[in-house]
Amino acid sequence: MSEPIIRVENLEVSFFGQGTSQRVVHGVSFDIAPRETLALVGESGSGKSVTALAMMRLLPRETARITGRVSLAGRDLLAMSEAAMRGVRGNEIAMIFQEPMSSLNPALTVGDQISEVLVQHRAMSFREARAETLRLLDKARIAAAARRFREYPHQLSGGMRQRVMIAIALACRPKLLIADEPTTALDVTIQAQILALIEALREEEDLAVLFITHDMGVVAEIADRTAVMANGRVVEAGETAALFRAPREPYTRALLAAVPRLGSMRGTRLPARFPLVDPRTGKTDGTGEPVASPPAAETPLLRVRDLSARFDMASGFFGRVTGRVHAAENVSFDLFAGETLALVGESGCGKSTTGRAIMRLTEAASGKVELEGRDVLALKRAELRFLRERVQMIFQDPFASLDPRMRIGAAIAEPMLVHGLASREDARKKVAELLPRVGLDPAMAARYPHEFSGGQRQRICIARALALAPKLIVADEAVSALDVSIKAQVINLMLDLQQDFGLAFLFISHDMAVVERIAHRVAVMYLGEIVEIGPRAAIFENPQHPCTRRLLAAVPIPDPARKGLRRVIDETEVKNPIRPVDHVPPLRQWRTVSPGHEVQVFGKEWHDRPGAA
Amino acid sequence: MKALSFIAGRALQGLIVMIGVSLIVFFALFLTGDPAAVMMPPEASRAEIEAFRHAMGYDDPILVQYLRFAGGVLSGDFGRSLRFQRPAVDLLFERLPATALLAITALLWSSLLGFVLGTVAAVRQNGAVDFVIRVISLLGQAIPVFWLALLLIIVFSLNLRWLPSGGIGTAQQLILPSLALGAYYFSAITRLVRASLIEVLGENYIRTARAKGISNFRIVVHHALRNALIPVLTVQGMYFASLLGGALITEIIFAWPGIGRLAVDSIQTKDFPVVQAVVLFAAFTFVVTNFLVDVAYVFLNPRIRL
Repeated sequence: MSEPIIRVENLEVSFFGQGTSQRVVHGVSFDIAPRETLALVGESGSGKSVTALAMMRLLPRETARITGRVSLAGRDLLAMSEAAMRGVRGNEIAMIFQEPMSSLNPALTVGDQISEVLVQHRAMSFREARAETLRLLDKARIAAAARRFREYPHQLSGGMRQRVMIAIALACRPKLLIADEPTTALDVTIQAQILALIEALREEEDLAVLFITHDMGVVAEIADRTAVMANGRVVEAGETAALFRAPREPYTRALLAAVPRLGSMRGTRLPARFPLVDPRTGKTDGTGEPVASPPAAETPLLRVRDLSARFDMASGFFGRVTGRVHAAENVSFDLFAGETLALVGESGCGKSTTGRAIMRLTEAASGKVELEGRDVLALKRAELRFLRERVQMIFQDPFASLDPRMRIGAAIAEPMLVHGLASREDARKKVAELLPRVGLDPAMAARYPHEFSGGQRQRICIARALALAPKLIVADEAVSALDVSIKAQVINLMLDLQQDFGLAFLFISHDMAVVERIAHRVAVMYLGEIVEIGPRAAIFENPQHPCTRRLLAAVPIPDPARKGLRRVIDETEVKNPIRPVDHVPPLRQWRTVSPGHEVQVFGKEWHDRPGAA
Repeated sequence: MKALSFIAGRALQGLIVMIGVSLIVFFALFLTGDPAAVMMPPEASRAEIEAFRHAMGYDDPILVQYLRFAGGVLSGDFGRSLRFQRPAVDLLFERLPATALLAITALLWSSLLGFVLGTVAAVRQNGAVDFVIRVISLLGQAIPVFWLALLLIIVFSLNLRWLPSGGIGTAQQLILPSLALGAYYFSAITRLVRASLIEVLGENYIRTARAKGISNFRIVVHHALRNALIPVLTVQGMYFASLLGGALITEIIFAWPGIGRLAVDSIQTKDFPVVQAVVLFAAFTFVVTNFLVDVAYVFLNPRIRL
């Protein structure tokens, strides 16, 4: 192997303050060769981002102590003066971050923010820098560079902003690019675009890349070598292919076992539990057996017909409505008891709005929602109890959806007390029954939310949803914010609860690999409409609509063997569902592919696009 | 386009506020009962009050009176001062330069110093310098203006005999009142700049700027202050407007012949037309300043511009 670009030796990071100190990175060592991509992978709190920030010396000097050695071309970055380090940042090592929405200065133009680096490190005049910036925008595959130059970040989509960040990073032809979860906040189709861009630029620009991520699929796709981090240590490192094929450490095995793999359910019809591996012992728990099929029923539990929800866009002083967001448009589906229907699509496709409209958290513009044959949309305020007792919701962010000042026992009991369904004593007993059902100790009822981890909090939210013994749970991105191993556990829990209580789930998610595990049926949404609906196996194995295909094609597969197979990347951005006030939605035609599998007849506009092939 | 309609919208809002204020000012005259009886001396006879009522038009229908009042205001006629027998608006404009001079001086020093100290405190957050600045600015907001004004007079006029204790005309006479008046605003702006800048310095885009190798000085001046300025500007506009409406306590203590003193004198002598003129003028400056701040917003915040 050639001389590495950067060598990190025995890196240790401690945070101190208020008389205590805590070591968060313990003796991490690795090196990266020219044109190599090293993935640093781990769950939240594993110390992977802190490691990157420590290499760049971007941690606050007052509270962080960094020791060890970070050598770049024979110099130790940790021993440099701050002024010399400024000459390295953005020049020899560049960095891009997770949040493209907030990583650009809202008050400065895109052009200003890119050319600034050139002025800083290359002593260019602003005129020279402008010409070079336009070239960089082209390089980052940003169309209409001259116009973008004058635009502000808020005028760009998330994917575009990440491209701008990449243009900034490339400005001074750095030797190393540190990418800290650069695609985590993006839609899966946009993620595929950004990954392809980084891959292409690595070759064009002779870059080495340190890629930090929690997503094993992304790792398999992009990394030559991989280092797995846990609790501030590198537990295992090696060639990516070898590491995936034969992981040595139990932790790595546990992590890989918990990763949902698109396509792993091929040929099966029913959802299946994850076969989990204990990260300490390496023992497998369960075999990932499929669950029993839901009881056959004649009438659906929930029947949604032509449900539409719109948001007025007002402008001007009198708030004249100048347009409407058609968030959900003529959405129709049935959901049977004991069944999981997944609503999937990119952000802004209307999947969450549909869930909220069914819950009456958003008022629908038109349509019909029948629960056990009763029209939910016609319920008066006083009658909403009918709905609340039967349908409960779990949200994405388990940190924000629990009151920090309420003991979790009280939080779980609250729905019962609010609806007058139980006395205080009964509610307390019920809480003690529910906590073990979601894998928590009944004694924990007296604790506050901050004493729990993210996964435990989501279990608490599930217990709260179960308190009223609902028939249907609307789970809006309920596992999206969880670490991969925790995610697998929570999904297994949801499958168990479905079996035991005959629950129906409306599972709203953007994550196709998770959906493949959990769903009986799938509905794909695009710009507020369902474009394809059918049994899970039919949708995943015989997708018809270009939108479905595009979603499936963009999912990174955690299998390094497929790395060479360059996929066709659809470079289009998701359109927005804003329509003029007088817009009349077109009548849609449907085609039946197989029993239960229906697809909206799509027009020519889909045929000439790369993803449609 | 969006910016224009935003500005037009704000202008329209200002107009509606002014109509509302004029209604309140007009009807406030009737809150104390019969305006003719209130304005005339207590020993006036019934016939004299009736004659006054008729002369002032207080016996006309209320709508007619309001339209007459509003029409007068629009043509610059706020009625005649009962005390001085001169147009109220003349009295107002005589006093305006004094008030404006005091307000601008106070706001200028307090803003400049507030910006500098607020920025220094934010950059040196939790350090010794920050601590000192925080104590000073806390004191400045906690001390009531009348006490500070008296203290300044005792120290600088009576004991040291450096500066005059009142009056208007020389630069020396301006120092103490503008110090007393600006102390509160200086503290408020320091604290606001500090808080706003600390928040902005914690933003992700500041981390991006550091990762680009930009110097700390440029990060603060070019990247952070511009964003931190937006909330500060709003507050400053309101301070300036309220100062222009007259600084009652400061003007009285330092015998400063400004609008504030005119207002207090007119209230005491039941000189209603002058009171109305002062209140309307204060509201008007408030509306105009806020409008100007909104316009400045458009330039500072590209999210409004388009």
